[in-house]
Amino acid sequence: MSDWGMQKAALGERLAAGRQHARGKVVPIPDLPAFLKGVIRSGDRVCLEGDNQKQADMLASALANLDPRDVHDLHMVQSGVVLPSHLDIFEKGIARRLDFSYSGPQSARIARMLFGGKIELGAVHTYLELFARYFIDLTPNVALIAAVSADKDGNLYTGPNTEDTPTVVEATSYKNGLVVAQVTEIVDKVPRVDIPGDLVHFVVEAGRPFYVEPLFTRDPAAITETQILTAMLAIKGIYAPYGVRRLNHGIGFNTAAIELLLPTYGEKLGLKDKVCTHFALNPHPTMIPAIEAGWVEQIHCFGSEVGMEDYVAARSDVFFTGPDGSLRSNRAFCQTAGLYACDMFIGSTLQIDLEGHSSTVTTSRIAGFGGAPNMGSDPRGRRHPSEPWLKAGAEADPDTNAALRRGRKLVVQIGETFGDRNTPLFVERLDALDLAEELKLDLAPVMVYSDDVTHIVTEEGIANLLMCRSKDEREQAIRGVAGYTDIGRARDAKLIEQLRQRGVIQRPEDLGIDPLDADRNLLAARSIKDLMLASGGLYRPPSRFRNW
Amino acid sequence: MEKLSFRLTAPRSAGGTRAQAIVGVVASGNLEVLLERSPPADTCTIDIATAAHGFGAVWDAVVRDFVTRRPAGGLRISINDGGARPDTVALRLAQGVRKIEEPER
Repeated sequence: MSDWGMQKAALGERLAAGRQHARGKVVPIPDLPAFLKGVIRSGDRVCLEGDNQKQADMLASALANLDPRDVHDLHMVQSGVVLPSHLDIFEKGIARRLDFSYSGPQSARIARMLFGGKIELGAVHTYLELFARYFIDLTPNVALIAAVSADKDGNLYTGPNTEDTPTVVEATSYKNGLVVAQVTEIVDKVPRVDIPGDLVHFVVEAGRPFYVEPLFTRDPAAITETQILTAMLAIKGIYAPYGVRRLNHGIGFNTAAIELLLPTYGEKLGLKDKVCTHFALNPHPTMIPAIEAGWVEQIHCFGSEVGMEDYVAARSDVFFTGPDGSLRSNRAFCQTAGLYACDMFIGSTLQIDLEGHSSTVTTSRIAGFGGAPNMGSDPRGRRHPSEPWLKAGAEADPDTNAALRRGRKLVVQIGETFGDRNTPLFVERLDALDLAEELKLDLAPVMVYSDDVTHIVTEEGIANLLMCRSKDEREQAIRGVAGYTDIGRARDAKLIEQLRQRGVIQRPEDLGIDPLDADRNLLAARSIKDLMLASGGLYRPPSRFRNW
Repeated sequence: MEKLSFRLTAPRSAGGTRAQAIVGVVASGNLEVLLERSPPADTCTIDIATAAHGFGAVWDAVVRDFVTRRPAGGLRISINDGGARPDTVALRLAQGVRKIEEPER
């Protein structure tokens, strides 16, 4: 064998091609198109950094502006397909194959392009799963990443939005791939070194910050009384009895309502210090009142949230911060924390079927998964006990010797029985199945599998699926909280009454929840302005949320 | 505007002494519910004026569940509906019988 070192040699060629357009490590913006054409080869596996929050937006546009005669057949391996340019790259024929995780705002267009054959789909992953594949069989040849600042040696400061960057750089740079960073500015000394300069080959000074989507901001003004009732059910019927201290909240108004009820309703129930003390969670603005009321000991973050930077910096007792004072987020570590060190995931979904499978895919939209299936799954490799984990395990399998019994992570799906435009949450058949058929996928894109879901909470009540002993019981438990949807109305009323006697189904009245308490006055903050005031002016909401 | 009327046997009669109670507001996606005492104590009558047509079967299911689950006997209930979802209707009805049980403030 005389050919060892081929990858190092290929990297050497890319570096040489890049240096023709750079001064040291710095590529001037006017030279960026020629630079990218020089360092990217047709057929390369390219990671264009971007998730549900931060975006290497300038590099994305530059990549989309390449001539497909020069660069084509790229295989994009990236967390998020979020910007229009991410799909322009496929529309123009620069890229062909895609492995991704999340596609929120592009969910309709990505579906059209998949049906139109413009994109050859590898798979839809969870974040952690895609990161894992970066180190096994989807290692990038080139990574195009984003940071706040760089020095001339390429040391990067990512600020509060570190997110995926360390993972992408680790997989690319240590396997002979090329790393190119867009930065807001080049400085003499970076405030802290998030990525060491010897892993970064080139930097481009964008002259403006990379784009960040304020995805985790929910305006309390839009929370309905039904959502408040549902949140009360979750707190009194799940958080309290299991004593859930370590958890992750999904995105959405249902969990925002829970966050805003902790200092009011939660306090009244005497739950402070007993639940919600440790989170794997982004810095949700709706967490401010609970944090200020002293509920939360610690939060580790996937990413940051626009406007929360100063607040987080001022609450380093709760959040992870660097020597520069700002948040240090890390998606891979936080996903791992959510998988192994949290006892509960609670989040919303778009469709739940009669077995309890849930999916955010509808026939015209492929939103991807993000982190939800990772948070919302029972980690079979877990070995440390905790009260909620053991209690859930005992409910699922009361007859096994306790010392040999696996615990269970609580995986809770929460939502109103009817969603946007009166779309029912409960369906006979998931749209994801039709999509899988049409696209000839081996797997239907299911967000949370039936055997991972432990509870479903709607305004009608809580279904505890751990305590169901047959497929039929499980189906009726789901129908029993499906309200006035077709699924709910086709219930077997007698069987449901039996399930209620056994505590498998619990209604608001069974839990002593007064419907008169389901009032917006119960929210610890009723507007974005309230949140800002609760933070002592440290939270600076983005202008689109300022309506005063 | 569609008008629906139900006269239902109610196993439990409403508590408290208050003559009437009102909950909710007339707005799109919301509803106003007026509850008044009206004998006999084992019957609940519900009159609905709704902006959304063709949902008679859902209303039927909602009001029947309501009289089964909540003490609603001896009430005449008038609903002015702005196209609320069934979950909102069920919540307002539950709030209404709770409110009429409460002492006047």
